This record gives sequence, structure tokens and C-alpha cells, in this order.
Amino acid sequence: MSATVNHILFGWYPYFCLTVFLVGSLIRFDREQYTWKSSSSQLLRRRQLAWGSNLFHVGILVIFLGHFAGLLTPIWVFDALGISHGFKQMMAIVIGGIAGVACFVGMALLIHRRLFDSRIRKTSSFSDTAILLLLFAQLIVGLGTIRVSLAHLDGNEMVKFMSWAQGILTLQPDVSQLIADVHPVFKTHLLLGMTIFLVFPFTRLVHVWSAPVWYLGRRGYQVVRSRRSLAPAE
Amino acid sequence: MSLFLDRLTFFNRAKAPFSDGHGITTNEDRRWEDGYRKRWQHDKIVRSTHGANCTGSCSWKIYVKGGIVTWETQQTDYPRTRPDLPNHEPRGCARGASYSWYLYSGNRVKYPLIRSRLLKLWREARAIRTPVAAWASIVEDPAKRAQYTRVRGNGGFVRASWDEVTEIIASANAYTAKKHGPDRIFGFSPIPAMSMVSYAAGARYLSLLGGVCMSFYDWYCDLPPSSPQTWGEQTDVPESADWYNAGFLILWGSNVPQTRTPDAHFYTEARYRGAKSVVITPDYSEASKFGDMWLSVKQGTDSALAMAMGHVILKEFHVDREVGYFRDYVRQYTDMPMLVKLVRQGDKLIPDRFIRAADFDQSLGEANNAEWKTVAYDETSGSIVVPRGSVGFRWGEQGKWSLEEKAADGKDTKLRLSLSGIQDEVTGVAFPYFGNIAHEHFTHTTHDSVLVRNVPVKKLQLAEGETLVASVYDLFLANYGVDRGFGGDNVAASYDDNVPYTPAWAETITGVKRDQIITVAREFAANAEKTNGRSMVIIGAAMNHWYHADMNYRGVINMLVMCGCVGQSGGGWSHYVGQEKLRPQSGWTPLAFALDWGRPSRQQNATSSWYAHTDQWRYETINVGEIISPTAPAGPWDGAIIDYNIRAERMGWLPSAPQLEQNPLTIAKDAAAAGLEAKDYVARELKSGKLKMSCEDPDNPKNWPRNLFVWRSNLLGSSGKGHEYFLKHLLGTSHGVMGKDLGQQGRSKPTEAVWHDQAPEGKLDLLVTLDFRMSTTCVYSDIVLPAATWYEKNDLNTSDMHPFIHPLTNAVDPVWEARSDWEIYKSIARKFSDVAPEVLGVEKDVVLTPLMHDTATEIAQAIDVKDWKKGEIEPIPGRTMPSVTVVERDYPNLYKRFTSLGPLMEKVGNGGKGMSWETVHEVEFLKQLNGVVTEEGATKGLARINSDIDAAEVILSLAPETNGEVAVKAWASLGKATGLDHTHLAIPKEDEKIRFRDVVAQPRKIISSPIWSGLESEKVCYNACYTNVHELIPWRTLTGRQQLYQDHLWMRAFGEGLCVYRPPVDVKAVKPVLGKKSNGEKEIVLNWITPHQKWGIHSTYTDNLIMLTLSRGGPIVWISEVDAAKVNIVDNDWIEVFNANGALTARAVVSQRVKEGMVMMYHAQEKIVNTPGSQITGLRGGIHNSVTRVVLKPTHMIGGYVQLSYGFNYYGTIGTNRDEFVIVRKLNKIDWMERPYREPAQGAVAPSQAAE
Repeated sequence: MSATVNHILFGWYPYFCLTVFLVGSLIRFDREQYTWKSSSSQLLRRRQLAWGSNLFHVGILVIFLGHFAGLLTPIWVFDALGISHGFKQMMAIVIGGIAGVACFVGMALLIHRRLFDSRIRKTSSFSDTAILLLLFAQLIVGLGTIRVSLAHLDGNEMVKFMSWAQGILTLQPDVSQLIADVHPVFKTHLLLGMTIFLVFPFTRLVHVWSAPVWYLGRRGYQVVRSRRSLAPAE
Repeated sequence: MSLFLDRLTFFNRAKAPFSDGHGITTNEDRRWEDGYRKRWQHDKIVRSTHGANCTGSCSWKIYVKGGIVTWETQQTDYPRTRPDLPNHEPRGCARGASYSWYLYSGNRVKYPLIRSRLLKLWREARAIRTPVAAWASIVEDPAKRAQYTRVRGNGGFVRASWDEVTEIIASANAYTAKKHGPDRIFGFSPIPAMSMVSYAAGARYLSLLGGVCMSFYDWYCDLPPSSPQTWGEQTDVPESADWYNAGFLILWGSNVPQTRTPDAHFYTEARYRGAKSVVITPDYSEASKFGDMWLSVKQGTDSALAMAMGHVILKEFHVDREVGYFRDYVRQYTDMPMLVKLVRQGDKLIPDRFIRAADFDQSLGEANNAEWKTVAYDETSGSIVVPRGSVGFRWGEQGKWSLEEKAADGKDTKLRLSLSGIQDEVTGVAFPYFGNIAHEHFTHTTHDSVLVRNVPVKKLQLAEGETLVASVYDLFLANYGVDRGFGGDNVAASYDDNVPYTPAWAETITGVKRDQIITVAREFAANAEKTNGRSMVIIGAAMNHWYHADMNYRGVINMLVMCGCVGQSGGGWSHYVGQEKLRPQSGWTPLAFALDWGRPSRQQNATSSWYAHTDQWRYETINVGEIISPTAPAGPWDGAIIDYNIRAERMGWLPSAPQLEQNPLTIAKDAAAAGLEAKDYVARELKSGKLKMSCEDPDNPKNWPRNLFVWRSNLLGSSGKGHEYFLKHLLGTSHGVMGKDLGQQGRSKPTEAVWHDQAPEGKLDLLVTLDFRMSTTCVYSDIVLPAATWYEKNDLNTSDMHPFIHPLTNAVDPVWEARSDWEIYKSIARKFSDVAPEVLGVEKDVVLTPLMHDTATEIAQAIDVKDWKKGEIEPIPGRTMPSVTVVERDYPNLYKRFTSLGPLMEKVGNGGKGMSWETVHEVEFLKQLNGVVTEEGATKGLARINSDIDAAEVILSLAPETNGEVAVKAWASLGKATGLDHTHLAIPKEDEKIRFRDVVAQPRKIISSPIWSGLESEKVCYNACYTNVHELIPWRTLTGRQQLYQDHLWMRAFGEGLCVYRPPVDVKAVKPVLGKKSNGEKEIVLNWITPHQKWGIHSTYTDNLIMLTLSRGGPIVWISEVDAAKVNIVDNDWIEVFNANGALTARAVVSQRVKEGMVMMYHAQEKIVNTPGSQITGLRGGIHNSVTRVVLKPTHMIGGYVQLSYGFNYYGTIGTNRDEFVIVRKLNKIDWMERPYREPAQGAVAPSQAAE
């Protein structure tokens, strides 16, 4: 892969994806409130949903948090905590692997349901099916990286990705060269990952933004939405 | 500004806690709630209703949003009832609430559609020919014609422009009128009350053309012939609010909560008030749970049950104890005191006709119509009197046609009911008995065919000599087998005697326990005694669709009459089937039948006509010998059923269409050439044989119906009994008929009808259907015109169930290229006027009309039945044969006539039911209201009828029910005949004039009018026959009273002089195919019952997706658990139902609810949704009428005899279908037939001749 192409894909493309991801989400949130939903098909058919959806969501949340923490935590934090790169990589492989398998089973159920249940299939939009297949492909590629990672357990490769991700987020597009020589399976995984960010605002994935995590810390169980203006909380 | 930015308010986010922190108040954004608010916001609400022959006739709010009809809800603004009566509102049901689905559904007809083969032929022909010549070139070439006729029902529609299709239709009509005669152009549209202007549109066009309007009420078998027989009235019934006034309610074969949903609350409320209720149905219907008792009667044996109840009532309330109210009632209001001649037949004495004044020397002083005045004994003087009120007083004199207890000479009289006490002797009189006829599926008894019972009789000196007479009262009681102490056989001392018609006897036939019968009868009568007649029977199609429906109904009517219930608030006969009550009828008739331009119009009884023209007569299985009475007077009772119909048409009893073999437009000329009046010419040439009546040769191409319009109807998907015969012979396309005709079977053929060995297939040149949805009828049509839905046009709607008139209005304009029926026929009329001059100008049309009820011709044939064709009498138009009239047709000006109110309204006036009044004032009013025609030409200066609202105003202005001034005129007109003043009923409302915008604002209660027999007042609910009883207006029968004895020769010949039990007839459709074409599954034979349905009872159709999701999404058949188990059918199995008439496919609903031995398919389930192929026919499964064939009853053909005279939808043959049996089996191969159409090989015969 030429350096130019590498730079476009891993230096420029991330910014394009992130821009569309953020601006697109914002516009959709402001303009298309009624499309801002998870589009659950539970009402149409419960079959395969309890296992499929739960396995998928648990799996993918673990993977997501793992990637988030693993890629974006500054390296010096690990060093300060005395976590070796090799240990961190092993942890990523084990936890990611287990979560990945769970996610794989869940998605297989969901995809089967979406494609072969006539009622679900008839009511699915293109994006509903496409995003599911895209996530599935990404998951398979992600699981595929484990085999490559097992070949070099020292964690150096992993550090490259951490540096790249942190570099991108700190507006240093040149970091693309850090990963110029990594195994193509990683590159594919990265590209697919960025593409998921790209299509995110156009799919039902937007419900991620609105996951009701604040319920956890909310005081009171009866919520009254007033029309009067209230004094700011003390 | 931005939903997102607005949420970024971390620092001033308000969270006011309350309840110890269990609750919080926030000020987060609430704009999202507007989405839910807007969901129920709308731009406007428009009043409309559903013109679906749903008797509910509920007014609805139609919501429109952004130009789209979004949903509908029930109107609640009906005028209030009086204080002690529940209100009408809210009225409506789920079926009506789902209607807006149709407007934008995939099944909507959006553009004019035409068979592509026909369009290609037309364009080729039209390119080089004028319009009529182009049409001629197509239909006169058998190969070209067959190209499109034999693919009917197999797809192939393309869009065309309005201009092109109307030209094709107009050309076809003009060609047909010129070549064959305008009476070869038929139109079928039912139930004007559901959208009167839309009905009138087509009927007006056809009537101006000279075309034929087909009846529907009789064809649907909703017409109970017992009603005209007894009351001289088509059907008149109490409104549903009157149920509340009843003390005892029997629901007999009527499923009120399911099929009268908006009215059912009155039933519930009556029960809260304390009314007792009994439900009589074979199946455990939805109504059954409302009953204090449920009697599960064997289907088809209701008359046996009614006769047994009558037996109990007569014994306990008329014989053992004489109830004063009952006796006074039957004395004054029934024919029971009238005297009947007894004649000797062999060694037996049988009841003959009524004694008439004319039978006596000097006719008892009666100079006018003495042959039509019945006589009775006066109780006080003991002499013979001629009581007022019989039909002889109605015509030719004035002031004596009333039910006052007075004799003709004005003296008070009290008629004698029984001759017991003054009798000369007690002697045996013979009554026919039919309950001993064996039937494979019904129980019979072993009693004799002739039951002799003792009756007190008197000797009477008549002009011709001495004769024996009996009163109807005595004959009536004897007929019931009640023991009155006269001795003799065939009377029952105890209810446990097995003698017709005791409860014990009925138990064996009906399966209902005798103590239940006794209890119900006793309580029914006891309530009537205590309340002066507040016992009511609600009754429906279930009993009326049997071949011997008259007996079921007359059995019930007898019960009501012997308890004095008819004509009393909260009592009487409540027959609800379709929406037949067209309240402003006499205002609508001139508009619909173009009586403002020419009288009379051509009206045809559909049952006889379809029987002939779909060639169902060629497959007739009933021999007259099977239904003739063992006591029939001597007569030629031979011949086939169609022979009786032909005789009836010849003698002027029933109408004919087409009428004569020769084009009626050419006859007037021939008459003029012969120097005769048309009527004399027709009579002479009929006798000579130069002119022939079309009915004698229905298969001759000269006598085929050529063009057929169907609008507001699903003739081929629903009401077409003998559906497969329609397909085979009328349409000439693929069909499922499996039986052989009489010729193929080598059986005896009709004697009056010409037999062609090769039956015609494809009689119609053109079938045009107007509809808003692609119905089964549309699928088989040549041209389909997109009609406006009920939310897209202006029209009027009334019902029997409530007294209001209310509108359909256009909430939105017709979408796509749809047009209202009024506009569609207007555009066809306009095109016709453009096209017609090619072949037609101003023509003289010779019109034949039968002897009509409520006209002076109803008393044409007093004593004997004489056929001029046999030389028994001379053909005299209007007396021994149909009336003959010449009507002028101005074809080039047809459009102008269509759109203006013609001059006859001012010249001749208007009327109805034998009354007439002038309408000068109303016509003047309409000129001001609608404006006058300003264009030069034939109609300049006449009132305009341009829009559908103009048409509605014509109806409302001319009808007494909606114009108080006319009501007063109508009552005054009636007063002349009765000699009584009735105008007090309308004078308080003389200034009330209901207009279209009034009913748009709120439903309006109609004004009491003599067209109907009930009143709308502050004191009573609408109740049928109320004015007969309380205003002493005679019933329009021979005796002027409720007539329980039918003395016409044919009535006596067929054993129905008095009500008897007659078991279902055997139509023999099962044997030819049973076990002949096995698919390996077990077969079972069951009785075919087709009730009104839950998901569509007229109020919607069975292709409505919303309603379909509530059941099984397609055709279903209900079968009992026991029967299903016998043939291994489990719930939801696909099954096939068939007999010699055809086959259908459906899913089985296996239910405890259904009685063993019968199978139910709710009617009108269409074959266009979810219907697989039939294994036995190789075609797509049919509809519920695919396994039926209509069988006519000769007694319904009687005419020229007062109440037994023809009237459009009043009397005539009815399309019965419940005596039919079918074979049911599992379908083991489901074929959806989703293949392209393949042309059948040349000369291929139908694959379905199973009876080889």
C-alpha cells in the first residue's frame, strides 16, 4: 500500500468519518426527532430476540468499552499502573474473545431472524439489514485479528494502534504512518470501524446516543415535566 | 432553536424534588409531545355515512387532514328521543370505522379500465368507422366478440381515458337500442336507500333510454313474500327504538348484536327495563347469550315450531279462554270473519275462494267492483254484510275504504268470527299436510297427506245456487289441529298427542322440547294480553332464505296477529335484512325512473330474469309435482317451473325483460301502418303469433340481454345465486358448472320455453361496472369505471332502523380519476347524446307493464286464472295481459332530459302507493332553488338537475317525508279514499321543509306520511301497521285486512291457502358429484347456510384488510366439531365445498357453535383475496353462491290479484338458496394458481363434467 493511500485512509478518512458521525448525528437529532429510535422489532416477533439481542448487546458493549478504554487510555497510565503491554494484550484477547463469541452468537441469531422471518424481513429497511451485516463483518474481522495477535504477544502492535488513535484524536493526522506496516486484517478492521462511524447517523445506531444511562443516577421515580420555568436546582 | 443545544443546559437544569425526593419536576423540552397532539388534529370534519346496504345507516364524522381522509368516528348528534326512551347515539361499529382504508388502498379503482383486447378491437374499428358502426363491427363478428368475452375474469385490464370509455359505452347502448331494442340494456343496482342519488343516476339514464332496471330485494331473498301476501306491503317494520317498548322479544333467526350492531343497545336496554327475551337459532349465535331462553331449532323447520306455538296460543287464549282484546283485534283487523266457499273434491270438502258480494243476487246492492268485496256475518243481526275496507271500495268509489266497523251502507256492524252456534252443520274439511314428505336430512312424520278436520259450516244461497261456507276463523283454528269440541279426527286433546300441529309433533320435527315450546308460546301471548300487544318478533334472513320462506314467516305472523301485536307500539313483526326503507321514496321515484319525462319505466323482477338469462332453468331439478298440494283444485299443474313464469308474464302477472322478440322501437310504426293503437296492435299480433314474447325463448339471440350496467353492487361476487351459471351462460367464460342440463340428462323439458340443444354461452356484449374497489364483479367486467367512495360524493341515506334522513357528503374530491355515480352517468348521457344521432332520433317505444299493485289494474283477474295463449280468454292489455304504453324517447336530447326536471311533474303530478297529488308548487320551488335551464333547446325553462346536490333537492322537495306541505297533500289524498280525515298527522309540520344542507348540519327526523304505515310523533316510535290499527286505514289486500287466508287459485293449488309446515325441498345437487371425483379425502354432505357476516354484514366488504386481520384473512367456512371429526378436518384446514353447481375453497373454522348437519359460510366473501384453486374444477375457488342455483316458486308469480300483484321489489319470485346441500372435504393440494393466463385449446370442453 502506497504511503499516500495509507495516509488518505488512516490520516484523512478518520476525520471525514468523525465529522459525518458528529455533524450527522446532530442534524438528525435536531431535524428528525421521530427517526431517533432503536426501531425495535420486538412487537412483530419475539422469537430469537431474547437471546439474540441480549447476547449481542452485552457482547458488543463489552467490546466497545474495551476498545474505548484500550485505545484511548494514554500509554503512560498503563505504565504508571505497572500493567505490561503483553498482559494488556492478553487481557484484550481473552475478554474481547469471550465477548466477541457472545456477540457472534447473538448477531447470528439476529441476522437469521431478520433475513428469514418474513414479517421482519418485509418491514426492514435497507439500513436495518445493512448495518447488521456490517457489524457482523466487523466482528468477524475483529475475531480474525486474534489469530494474528497471538503470533506476537509482546503488545507492540497494540501500542501502535493506541498511539494512532490518540494521535488522531489529538489532531495529528501524520500518525497514519505508525500503522503503515501492520497486518492487513488490522487495517481492514480499522477501515470497517471508521465506516461504521460514517454510516452511524444514517442508521438505527443513533439510539446509542440516547441509551438511557442517566436512569441509573436519577433521583425520584415520578418525573413531572413542568411547563413553568423552575428555579435551577440548588 | 436547536433541540440539541437546548439540552446543553447543565448549569440551569431545574430539578425540583417533591415527596421526599421520590418525585422530581423538570423543565426539559416538551415539544416532542406536539407530535402526539398533531396525530389527532385535523383540518375539518365532514358528515358522511356508509352506503353499503348496512341497515345501521349511522352518521359518521369524517376527518380530513392535508386533503387526505384520515379516519372516522361516530356522530353523536342525532335528535333526541322523548324522555323515557334511550337515545339513538352513538351508532357505529368496527366495520364502518375501517372504511377510510378503502380510499387509498391498493384495491381502489383509480382509472377507467378496459379489457385490453376490447380496446385494441375498438381502436382498430374506430380508426375507420363512426362510433356505432365501430361497435357493430366488433359484436357482429363472432370471432372478434369471443376474443374479449371468453377471457372475462382472467385479467387483462388496461387504462383508458374517460372520453374513450364513455364513447364505447354510449355506442354499445345506441347500437343495442337500434338493433335489438332498448329493453336489452339492463342495469343492476340495489338498495336505493343507501345512496339514493347514486342509484337514481343510473336508473335515470336507463329509464330515459328505455333500458331495464333490475329489482334486488326479491333477488337478494330479503323480500319476505309473506309480507305482501298478508299486508299488501313490501316490508314495513318498527324502528329499533321500538324494541324498547316491547315486553316480550323473540329473536328468531336474527343475530342482533352481530348484524344490527348499532341498534343492539336497544335490545340490551329493553332487557334492563324488564322485557323477557327468547332466541331461536340453530347455532349458538352471538344473540343466543342475550336470551332468557335459547331454542336450538333444526334449521329449515321454523314453521313447524311457529305452528306449534300458534297451536298453544289458540288453545289457551282463543278456545279454552277467550281473551277479549285478542278477539276484538282479529275481528276488526284480520280477514278471520270473512266467509270462504267450500267445494267438494271427490269425497272431500276443501276451502275455495272468498265469497264476494258479486256471488249474490243483485250483488248485495254493490254496483262497483262487487267481485272484489268480501262478505261476513253480522253478529247481532245474523245477516250477511259487506264490510267496508275490502279492495273493491278502494277503486272506482270514494270514502268507504276504511276499517271502521261499518258495512257498505254505513250501518255499524260487528262481524261474527266463528259460525259455531249458528252453523247448519259440523262437517269435515280437508287440509293438506306436507310434513310426511321424506327427506334424507330432515325428519318426517307418517300422517296422511290430507287431514280432515271438523268445521262449523253454513249453507248460503248464492246466485248460482246453494253453497257451503265457513269463516276464516274456523278454518284457521281447524288448520292448527286445535280441539274445539266438534269431534272428528286430526285434532289434539293434549299437547302430547302426535297430531299436526301440537308441541309433541313439533318436537319430532324441530328437535325443540315440547315444554319449551309451550312455555314460550304461553308467555308470549300472556304478555300480549297484559300489554295490549307488546310482544315482538325480530326476524331475519336466516328464515327467509328457504324455499318455503313464506311458511316460516306466516307461521310467525299468525302468532303476532292472533295476539293483537301487529300495529301496536312495542309489538309486531320486525324483519330486518337489508336497508330497504327508502323513506323519501315517492320524491325519489320520479327522479330515478325519469317519470318526469315518460311513464312508465321498465322495471324487471331480477330473480326470474336471471333464472332465464343465466340458463339456470335448463338445469332445473324440482318438478312441480313435488310441491303441488294433495288438495289442489283441478288444473293443468304440469310443466316446468319456467313454464309457470312464462304464463305469469303472458297473463300480465310478472314483468318481462326483454319484452318482445321484435324491437319495441319498431312496433309503434307497424301499429300505425295497420291503423291500430299500439296496445290493440300488440294484443292482436300476440294472439296471431306474429309478435312473440321474449320470455318464451330466452336462449334466442334476439332475446338476450346485451348490455349490463352494475353499480353500487357486487352482483358476481355476492348476490349472484348460481354464480357459475352466470359465468357460463351470461358471460361465456371459464366456469365450474358440473351438472348436466335437462337435454343432456334426457329429462322432460319445459313445454312453454323453446329448447335449444346447444345452450348459448356469453349472452352479454358488454358488462360495465362502476365501483371504487376492484370487486369480483369488476374482475369479470369489460369496462370498470372508477366511482367515488362514500366520503367523496353527496347523497342521501335512510334506514328502517331509525327515523332519520342524513347525507353522504364529499369530505374530499374523488381521488385519482374517480367520479361520483351521478357524474359518471351524466358523462355517459352526454356522450350518448353525441353518438346516438348516427342511428337514433326521436323514437316511439312500446312498453309492456304488468298489472301493478296499488293501481286499478290490481283488480284485473277476480275469480279464475285464464291464459289467452291457450284461447281461454281474449288478450286484453291491462286486464288479461300486460298493459301496453307508448313512450316517446328523445335520444339526441337524452343528456338535456337527464339534467332537467321534465314537464310531467306539473302536468300529471306525483304520487305513490295508490295516492296521487299535484306538485306545481314544488316544481316552482325547485326552479327557484336549483335555477332553470337557460340554454336554448328542448329543456329551456325547466328546473336544473346538474349536480348531485340538485338531485338530492329534487328528492327532498317532492317527498312527503321531507316536505310537510306534500305530506298534508298526501294525507288529504288518502282521506278521500277512506272518508276519514288524516291530515292532523301532518298539519303541525306543514311548514317544515328539509333541505340537503339541513341534513348536512344534523340528521333530521322524517315527517309522517301515508306512504308508510307508521308514525313519527312525540308519543310513539315508528311501528309498522300503526296507522292501519289506529287511523283505520285498510291494509292494501283483497279483504283490506291482514289476510291470513290466501284464496288465489295458485295459492290453494300449492297448498298455502293457510299456513302449513313445509319441509325444505330437495334440490338434488349433491348426488351427481358425490364420490365421483375423489381426491382421496373423506366426503360429507351438509346443509349450506350463508348468513350475514360478522366482519362485513353489508357495512363493509370482505377485502378490507383491517377487517380481514380480525378473522383468518380470507374465505372461511364454519363446521361443527362432530362433522369435522367425521371427515378428519381440523381447525384452519383448507377445505373444498362443492356440488353439481360448482365449487369453492376456504379455510375451515371448526366450532362447537355450529349445529351438526349444517355448514355456514358468511356471505359475500369474494374470491379475490386468499382463495386457492379447487381440485375438482381446476379453477380458482368460487364464492358462496358457486354451490347454489336459484329455484323459483310458482306462488310468487301470481299477479293481477290485489296484494298478489307485481310491484318493483314488492312481489315476485325470490332467490332462495338455503335448501341446498353441499359436499365438504379436505383440500390436500393447495394451488395458488399464480400462472399467466393460457388460452384454452380450441374446442376444449370444460374440465369439470364430473357427472359422466
